[in-house]
Order: sequence, then C-alpha cells, then structure tokens
Amino acid sequence: MAYGPHTTEDRARMLAAIGVDSVDDLFADIPASLRASGLQLPPPESEAELSTRLRDLADRNRVELIGFLGAGAYRHFTPAVVDQLLLRGEFYTAYTPYQPEISQGTLQTIYEYQSLMAELTGLDVVSASHYDGATATAEAALMSCRATRRERVLVSRGVHPHYRETLCTYFGGASLAADEIPLVAEGPAAGTTDAAALERLLTDPERPVAGVIVANPSFFGLLEPMSEIGRLAHAAGALFVSVVEPVSLAVLASPGEYGADIAAGEGQSLGIPLAYGGPYLGILACREALVRQIPGRLVGMTTDIDGRRAFVMTLRAREQDIRREKAASNICTNQALCALAASMYLAALGPHGLRDVAALGAARAAELEMALAAAGAPRLHPGPYLNEFAVRVPGAAAVHARLVGRGILAGLPLARAVPDDSSLADALLVCATEVTTSEEIAAFAAALREELSGSAADERAAAGPEVAAR
Amino acid sequence: MVPGDLRYTKEHEWVRTEGDLATVGITDYAAEQLGDIVFVELPEVGRTVTQFAPIGVIESVKAVSDLFAPLGGEVVETNAELATAPELLNSEAFGGGWILRIRMADPTQIDGLLDAAAYDALISEA
Repeated sequence: MAYGPHTTEDRARMLAAIGVDSVDDLFADIPASLRASGLQLPPPESEAELSTRLRDLADRNRVELIGFLGAGAYRHFTPAVVDQLLLRGEFYTAYTPYQPEISQGTLQTIYEYQSLMAELTGLDVVSASHYDGATATAEAALMSCRATRRERVLVSRGVHPHYRETLCTYFGGASLAADEIPLVAEGPAAGTTDAAALERLLTDPERPVAGVIVANPSFFGLLEPMSEIGRLAHAAGALFVSVVEPVSLAVLASPGEYGADIAAGEGQSLGIPLAYGGPYLGILACREALVRQIPGRLVGMTTDIDGRRAFVMTLRAREQDIRREKAASNICTNQALCALAASMYLAALGPHGLRDVAALGAARAAELEMALAAAGAPRLHPGPYLNEFAVRVPGAAAVHARLVGRGILAGLPLARAVPDDSSLADALLVCATEVTTSEEIAAFAAALREELSGSAADERAAAGPEVAAR
Repeated sequence: MVPGDLRYTKEHEWVRTEGDLATVGITDYAAEQLGDIVFVELPEVGRTVTQFAPIGVIESVKAVSDLFAPLGGEVVETNAELATAPELLNSEAFGGGWILRIRMADPTQIDGLLDAAAYDALISEA
C-alpha cells in the first residue's frame, strides 16, 4: 500500500466506487449554517501579545458569580491531589495506550474506574466510558433496541432536554422511534414521570417498547418512582434505563437496587471541572446478561501465561473497527483522562466522603429552599428532591439577567431549557452543592427579595430612563 | 472433503435433515477461519426464522460473525452445551458442535442448498 497523499484521480475513483458525486455530498447531514468556509486568521503575534489577547478574551467570562446553576453540570470541590496526579505524563499525554504488553498501568486504572462505577450503580458491567451523559443515554437507548429487537423507546420529559435531543439525533439516523412520557401536571407527584401515562404508552401491541428511560433525580431535581417504573417496563417486555447523577448514588438507591437493566449518566461531578461544558464523562453500566450489547471499550482482568494477574481490553471483536456496521456503536473511544480523574476523586474522598458531599449538598439545598421561599420564590413542585429544584419567579428571565448584573447566577430560567412547557415560563432551576455557603444563599435571597418586591425597579426608575432600560 | 450426507450454504452453515427437523451447524472450514470460538449467541426456542436471515452470532477471539438460517421454520432446540463449551464448534464442528434445530416450514428449500461437492468447490476457490 502506497502512503502518499491522494491524487485527484484517486479521489475520483473512490467517489465513483461509492456512487457519490463529490466529497461535499458526504457531509449533507450537517446544516449549512454549521459548515466551515475557510479560516480568516489575523496576522501572527508574538507569544506575549497573544497571551495578552487570550487573557482579555478569558476576562470576558464571568467566573466570579455566586453560582446556583446545575442542570446537568455541578460545582464541586476537587482535592488538589486529583489535578496534580493527572498531570503525570503517562496519564496526561498518552494516546490510546491499550496494548496489554506495555500498558498494564493504564488498563488497571480503567479497570478500577469500571469497578468503582459498578459499585455506585449496583450493576455488573461498566464500559470504559463515553463522551458525556447525553451520548451515554443515547447509547443505552440503542442498546435496549438491539437487545429486545424492538424499534421504539419511551423517554420521560424528566430526562435532561439535551440528552433527549441527542437521543433523537442518534435515532433519526437509525429509523428508530423515541416517544415522550409526560409528567404529572398536578398534585403531590407534580413534575415527576406520569406512571399511569407510561402504562398506557406500553400497551400498544403494534409498537412494542424496547426501553423505558427515566432520570433520577430528574432534570427538575425531583426523585422519581423508579421501582414502579421498572416494574411497568419489565411487565411489557421492555428494558429499564436509568439516567443517574453519580454523587447522588452515594445516598439514593442505586439502579441495580431498583431493577434497572442499564444505567447512563454524567460523571462531571466526580472531580472534573465545569470548563466550558466539556470535556465531560459518559458513564454506562448494565447487567451481566447485556455484556455483549454494551458499546465502548471494556477492560477485563485475567492471568498471563505465568499465572500473574494481568489486564486486557476484552470483547474487542465487538468494537466498531472490527464489527464495522454491525458494531454496537460507531464510537469505540473513551474519555480515559476524565475517567481517571473520576477514579482519583472517588479514591480521595472514599465512600464516606462521597456520602458527605451528597448530604451536605442536600442540607444546603434545604436551606436554599427556605431562603428563596421567604424571599418570595416558592418551589414549583411539592415532591422530594436531593439538591436541585425549581422555584416560581415572576418574570424569571428578566430577574435572572438582573441578578447576573448583581453578581449572582440564579440557576437556569426553565423557559429557555424547556420552551414547549408554558407552566415553566416563570421558573428558575436552582441547585446547591457542598461548596454552596450560607452567606451565598443569604446574598441570593436578599437580592431576589429586592428584585421581586419592586424596590430594585423603583431605584432604576429614579435613576433615569437610560438606567431604567438596562 | 466435507460429509457427503449434509447440505451446505454459501455462508458455511451445514444442515442435516431427519423428517421435518433440520439440525444446523457451521463447517470446520468456517470454524478454522474464525479461530478459537469464545461465545455463541443463540436464538430463543420458539422463534420463527426465515431462510438466510441472521439468527445468531458466533464470536471468536478475532471476529464476530453472523449465523444465518439455512432454512425457514421454527427453532425447536438449541445446543445447551455451547453456553459453557463454545469451543465445540472448533473441535466437533459436524458433531457435538451442532448449534440448533429448526422444524422446517418448507422442506423443499433444502434443494436450493449446496451439496458436499459444490461446497468443497466453493471453499477450494477461496
């Protein structure tokens, strides 16, 4: 095989062989607005000038805000030991070092990560990780279709809207159907997945369901009736997929305990910085019976010919580079460094430490709930939550913007995240973790009280039209 | 030379018929090409299969290969030994390594399969 670059004739022959007119046709699925059209770079600068330019750009980020934003990515404290150990060259810069002959250390770290996630989720098999919670959820949905040979899944509206969008992107390409399970509108279970509606959705004999996907806690922070939902799913021959938040698993029942077949989740809470929305960590786990359906890499423990313990990548023949279009996934990579960070974080905290993180977050959230209610923003839903919940705030989007001006990031305006639900138009999704302080909660509540009581509006009006318009 | 009393498919399955039952396996040629077989994914008993549809998976250390139904009908039995001894496909491809039994819906489908001579010719060209 020649290793020179393609000639024009090479390209023409390849295009003819696959029946495509031009290379651009292969990218037809990418919206025109997102396609690259050349790079317009400014002239080169010295390292010092460029550093200054980048620092000015970075200064535009509001990193000093007191944060109550969760919605899938959470502020946590990461012990310094994690960041320090990650910098080791063997970890930081190694690219896919998986040959067992020379990578026993790397393979062992992945095996430890898999073992830790198995403990947290209460399931038997864990993959070496995926890009993020959204893709892990989509892969779990695809797994349920493959395993049951059915073509339809049911996804609760309590699953993160981004995860549902990603799932639909995956399903669109595969001609599979993803239908929504509505949430209860009123009463003590308002905001949680509607089990009665789920039961009705499961009864269509023409369209059997492969998997039922519910998050616990939900996107709205609420605890869901997982055992009940699992029972309904299994009664209809469907698999039960649970979308989880790993820190919560230290205090909540695990997917294995409430009968989930597959668990998917976002591992960012485990020692991975918020950064700019990534890189994050997709967690995927399943029961033993589904081990040959789980996508991604798997590291296993075995013995070498001298009887010594050894680690290897296992079930390799199932991966995309060998199984091709019949593989479990088009993706056969993982987030090794992020998975390693998660393992180090868990090792540094230990099971008691992780429980403390979850419990402290819950305690702070209870404090936050009382403070916000007293300030005029009561909870939207009545049911139990762990450390995240929605509050009713008239003019939520505008109040949120003004609070940012006062140095407070008041969670997420739900109208932005879930625009098709008018009952969420005047709501903010707020969250507290172990790093939230009572002072921060007091500052948030005080500022919110001023905004809601109109005194802030009065001040602005008194200051003149230019200021009032801000 | 493969056993003369069996019929074969282009995908290297063999078939032995007794009445309306067809016993199915893969040839020793196929097993050798695959290498050490580590897992066999079997269809459920009771499942209706159509001729030449994929009905199972045979996994070796280096490849994962589909198993195709040589005939249409109902799966009435699968070889339970394969769960613990998948290597039977390598060691006893035509005997103890049988994979499943189908009650044939249309026994005339057998006539469309290769005989031993035709199968031998196929693999010698490969």
